[in-house]
Amino acid sequence: MFEDGAIINELLIERLNYIIYVVLLLIGLHAMISKQNLIKKLIGMSIFQTAIILFYVSIAVKDNATIPIYKTEHDPHGDAAKAAVLDLNRSGEETKAFYAPVMLKPEETQQYSNPLPHVLMLTAIVVGVATLGLALALCLRIQQGYGTVEEDELLVKIERSDARYSQSPLAKAKNRRRTQSRNTRKPRTSVKSTKSIGKSAKPLESRDSTKTKKTTSKSNLSQPKKKPASTSRKPRSSSSKVEGSKPTTPKAPAKKASEKTRAPKKKGAE
Amino acid sequence: MKWISLIPVVGVGVLLLFAAQDFPEWGDPQSPASQSPVASHFINNTGVDTEVPNMVTAVLADYRGFDTMFETVVVFIAGIAVLAILKGSGGRRRGTRRAYEVEAEPDIIVTHTVRLMVPVIQIFAFYVLAHGHVSPGGGFQGGVVMGASFILVALAWDLDHALVRMSLPRCMAIAAAGIIIYAGIGFLSMFLGGEFLDYAELEKVLPVSREMARYHAMLGVEIGVGFTVTSIMFALYANLSTEGRLKGGL
Repeated sequence: MFEDGAIINELLIERLNYIIYVVLLLIGLHAMISKQNLIKKLIGMSIFQTAIILFYVSIAVKDNATIPIYKTEHDPHGDAAKAAVLDLNRSGEETKAFYAPVMLKPEETQQYSNPLPHVLMLTAIVVGVATLGLALALCLRIQQGYGTVEEDELLVKIERSDARYSQSPLAKAKNRRRTQSRNTRKPRTSVKSTKSIGKSAKPLESRDSTKTKKTTSKSNLSQPKKKPASTSRKPRSSSSKVEGSKPTTPKAPAKKASEKTRAPKKKGAE
Repeated sequence: MKWISLIPVVGVGVLLLFAAQDFPEWGDPQSPASQSPVASHFINNTGVDTEVPNMVTAVLADYRGFDTMFETVVVFIAGIAVLAILKGSGGRRRGTRRAYEVEAEPDIIVTHTVRLMVPVIQIFAFYVLAHGHVSPGGGFQGGVVMGASFILVALAWDLDHALVRMSLPRCMAIAAAGIIIYAGIGFLSMFLGGEFLDYAELEKVLPVSREMARYHAMLGVEIGVGFTVTSIMFALYANLSTEGRLKGGL
């Protein structure tokens, strides 16, 4: 198994950098796929990014070569150039020609590693930082809005809030049409879910008042919106009580008062 | 059901390891990355074209200047996006403090140490930025070091102390100024008869040769990048650490 040219030998000794990059990449990939926590997903993304950076930098390694910065003897402004100029000054010849750097010979080119991967990874790191900051901001906002960054809890909450407020006018119109058609067929539907409360409220209205369409549609809109909100708010408030939030109305005065009391404190502290 | 994700992960891993056998060995001078004509072109011509000893800086700011400009714009846009996402969301602040928030005086040892360290860090940032032509460094690195010094102030005292010196509107103005410097150098070289970001044309306004005009224009470009990165790094920290309230914080 370990004779010359075997796979394991080859991978472990000559290509260890690829193994490390593959392992890091898989850790990141696994975290991104399987973790429910959004922050853990971000950590996975960062590890993935690190793996790519390691890959690029490691393929730029070159034996017997230095970093892509000119050595002093090749440096256009280095000691070697200056010494040459000084020598020429002493002998009194034209000096300007030596300021211009000369093209490297092929064997001198071999002394430097390729600068391009380093440049690419430099920009990748910077963009990685920017995107990571943006992603963290999004996570913060999600946490503020839904009280969690766990994906499964988040999906449940989003579904619930979607059911509560049907946002898009298109979906609203669709719902209305569906309820109308159902009501003409079956006026009395059994009251089961929060949705059907609103639906059942509608035919009563339309039977009582034979008004213009506008008023009926308005009452239709207002009633189903109110009722499900009042009924389905209960689970949300009970769940958010754990995090210590209060209903919306007393928030603003409390916050203002706290700001007032806090402001002089800070001045005193300074 | 987490183990299901292991199936694609292991599949990808096997594929990558299988492909890794065909990759060049560690440090192989004959590898495509080392032997490509692009690499030898950069290594040969950087000194002749720009007289910049650090090839990475030359490639970053000159040969790939267009790319780097929009890189900077990406950083700027990320800062603006974070601001837009978190701005105003601080209204959910309650009167009560959270459990992890305590009213504490800044520690005297920490603040005095930081007071000594910050000027050194900032001078080092300028050095990294300005010396990026001849040693590892440049606008991004110097900018990050500079931004870190402001973050250190915010950590040692509180965010208000740092915001007095670097308020958020000022941050955004500096970030925009950085991009304007970068694009301005590009447009200037365009109006002087070259192409966009063709720094060599700046010899008409600078008293130097064409090569040294590129050298100095690169420094200007790096300064622009440094401006943007500095302020965006601090703006990111200030917004993320306080959930956009810009008050209190860590």
